[in-house]
Amino acid sequence: MIAEIGHYALVLAFALALIQAVVGLMGARLRDPVLTGVAEPVMLAQFVFIAVAFGSLTICYVTSDFSVANVFQNSHSAMPLIYKFTSVWGNHEGSMLLWLFILALFGALVALFGSNLPASLRANVLGLQSLLAAAFNLFILATSNPFLRLAPPPSEGRDLNPILQDIGLAVHPPLLYLGYVGFSVTFSFAVAALIEGRIDAAWARWVRPWALAAWMCLTAGVALGSYWAYYELGWGGWWFWDPVENASLMPWLAGTALLHSAVVMEKRDALKVWTVLLAILAFSLSLIGTFLVRSGVLTSVHTFANDPTRGVFILAILVFFIGGALALYAWRAPLLKPGGLFAPISREGALVFNNLFLITACATVFVGTLYPLVFEALTGEKISVGAPYFNATFAPLFVPLLIAMPFGPLLPWKRGDLYGVAQRLLGALALAAAGMGMTFIVVRGGPVIAPFAIGLAIFVMAGAVADLVERTNLLRQPLSGSMQRARGLPRSVLGTMLAHFGVGLTLLGIVSETNYGTERITALTPGQTISIRGYDLTFDGLVPRQGSNYSELVGKFTVRRGGQVIGLMEPAKRTFIARGTTTTEAALMTRGVSQLYLSLGDPNADGSIAVRLYHKPLVLLIWIGALVMFAGGALSLTDRRLRVGAPKPARKTALQPAE
Amino acid sequence: MTRRQRRLILIGSGLTILALAFVLVLNALRDSIVFFNSPTDIVEKQLKPGTRIRLGGLVQPGSLVRKDLAAHFELTDGKNAIAVSYHGILPDLFREGQGIVTEGILQTSGVFIADSVLAKHDETYMPKEVADALKKQGHWKDDYTKRGISIPETPR
Repeated sequence: MIAEIGHYALVLAFALALIQAVVGLMGARLRDPVLTGVAEPVMLAQFVFIAVAFGSLTICYVTSDFSVANVFQNSHSAMPLIYKFTSVWGNHEGSMLLWLFILALFGALVALFGSNLPASLRANVLGLQSLLAAAFNLFILATSNPFLRLAPPPSEGRDLNPILQDIGLAVHPPLLYLGYVGFSVTFSFAVAALIEGRIDAAWARWVRPWALAAWMCLTAGVALGSYWAYYELGWGGWWFWDPVENASLMPWLAGTALLHSAVVMEKRDALKVWTVLLAILAFSLSLIGTFLVRSGVLTSVHTFANDPTRGVFILAILVFFIGGALALYAWRAPLLKPGGLFAPISREGALVFNNLFLITACATVFVGTLYPLVFEALTGEKISVGAPYFNATFAPLFVPLLIAMPFGPLLPWKRGDLYGVAQRLLGALALAAAGMGMTFIVVRGGPVIAPFAIGLAIFVMAGAVADLVERTNLLRQPLSGSMQRARGLPRSVLGTMLAHFGVGLTLLGIVSETNYGTERITALTPGQTISIRGYDLTFDGLVPRQGSNYSELVGKFTVRRGGQVIGLMEPAKRTFIARGTTTTEAALMTRGVSQLYLSLGDPNADGSIAVRLYHKPLVLLIWIGALVMFAGGALSLTDRRLRVGAPKPARKTALQPAE
Repeated sequence: MTRRQRRLILIGSGLTILALAFVLVLNALRDSIVFFNSPTDIVEKQLKPGTRIRLGGLVQPGSLVRKDLAAHFELTDGKNAIAVSYHGILPDLFREGQGIVTEGILQTSGVFIADSVLAKHDETYMPKEVADALKKQGHWKDDYTKRGISIPETPR
């Protein structure tokens, strides 16, 4: 019964989405207050129905109703409750429903918080949002219905893929989807602006919080996915340049660019045409990401069982929305009036620099990710483009971007003085040089280029701090005066500093882990000791243990440093009963922000077991940096300017005809 | 500076960065792409030893021999089989009969020395290349199960 309610609610939501799309877009066109007034309640009703559908599926999972095919295939009665809950989105059908749920959630939020938007803009945005919802709803109903029943109902489910039975999965997909789908709002705003044929600084101010919120969630989602892969897959890697990872990185890059160009548009009324394009691109890349993950056209370590015919449907959605938006852009963008002037060396110039490099880096990732597809279509040969490609293209493009990063916030608007800014960054440069020198002297081994990269990371961090020092006039006046100034700074300025500082932290973690990490792979028998970077690990033996829906073989290791016992590490091999599959549970020991990473291979006939041991210096900074970026975004989002709402656009522009 | 000059600077720098990226991409694509081959490809194409390739197929049941960290097994597409040698820890989903992809270098002795072995997150999933290679040899699913080789289910 519950499943049927969910199914029915989904169909109702589809009908509402269609009505909304037609009425909203028509109403905005005819400037009919009755039609545009429908937008808000219908959007909310749509959200409620999709929430009912999502809730129904959740109930089916939590109560282990195996008569529902989707539950049967992805759940098991012995699974801990939390994983019964998360397995709702641990499969194709459920995750598409989650996607739709978040899409409707964002639509509802626009309806609720958009009361200061002009009626026609709001109706257009909600209409477009509903058009998207209708397309994805139809996709679910036609090809991926999670509510289908099985007759006769089986007594036990086939269990969730063991690798997904992890707390990381509980949070990673929802966050990632919040990011992906969050960009649907900026997309709808961009297309609505193109339909209306006018755009101004107020538009940028409306769009920025949405872009910021989506970007924050995407940042956290990508970072969490990377950490999950790091500890769950047992290979010790945190980024594989895998198509699915690239699929989440590309919208992040475009979204980051959008965030920066929207600043220029809001403050200086410039870069309008470009910002609209970025808003379209960010969501298009999210759609492409969904397509790549869901269709299985690319071989990826993350690919789960899926059905290629579904890919065709998503491809159609993709072509319709991306193609439609870009065609509209080509037609209408010339109508948008160019805005404020600026010199090449200026805050605007720095932000353009940022945009050019981010988008170019994004393009190289795009080429590398899709090249195998194109190559196979042209020659019939199958190839793979791996990490070496991305290291050779992405990294060189990011270096100038990172060097320029501390300069940007210190440059004034309109026209700046590079030499003056460089003088203010002398302290940061000195710190970076000192860090570089220290690394050269203290750390032996590692590539020659590594100390320079460390220096760059320090420069980025110190540059963010230097910005704060400058703005608060620290060191030049009593501390109390600086504190007062710091309190007076807009939160978005502080957010920028924090986020930029986070980028430096992440970079430091990446450079340190990739260049100075150590790896040992060996076979051990009980009693033997393995050493890495001053840590001695003694293998005490294997102990079997029983979990709720798995049994595991736990390796007991005593960790010593300088003869002192500092802890135990217990990596395990888990065998899940229902599917008979095995997963590796790595053991992590955190020392400061560095980690020891230990995972087990297979036991050999002679009683020895293969182990993989890593020392990963500063590795946690990679994700801490991402968290700091997230916090920077959050701080920026609480800025007063974004809360009090945008000023009404000038009357002159408001009266411009639609065509 | 006039609007026109500023626009020229903007377009100029944009094009410069694009050109830079273009050079980087072409350079990287020349050096770092890896071709996928099935065991039959290796036999029929007379592939030159020493090049880095990906080799995919099913792990031939009964062929796996391990000692400490060394693993030797055969990869088959139903028509031909290639001996593979790997040193390290095999992925969890590695097992006889499973479709896997390895990356490494073919030796003059005919043995493929793999430095990485990729299996997938999901035991019901067959790597696309392997599935295609098997289909090409006409050994998809039914033929194989008849001969007692357990094949993962076809993707749902």
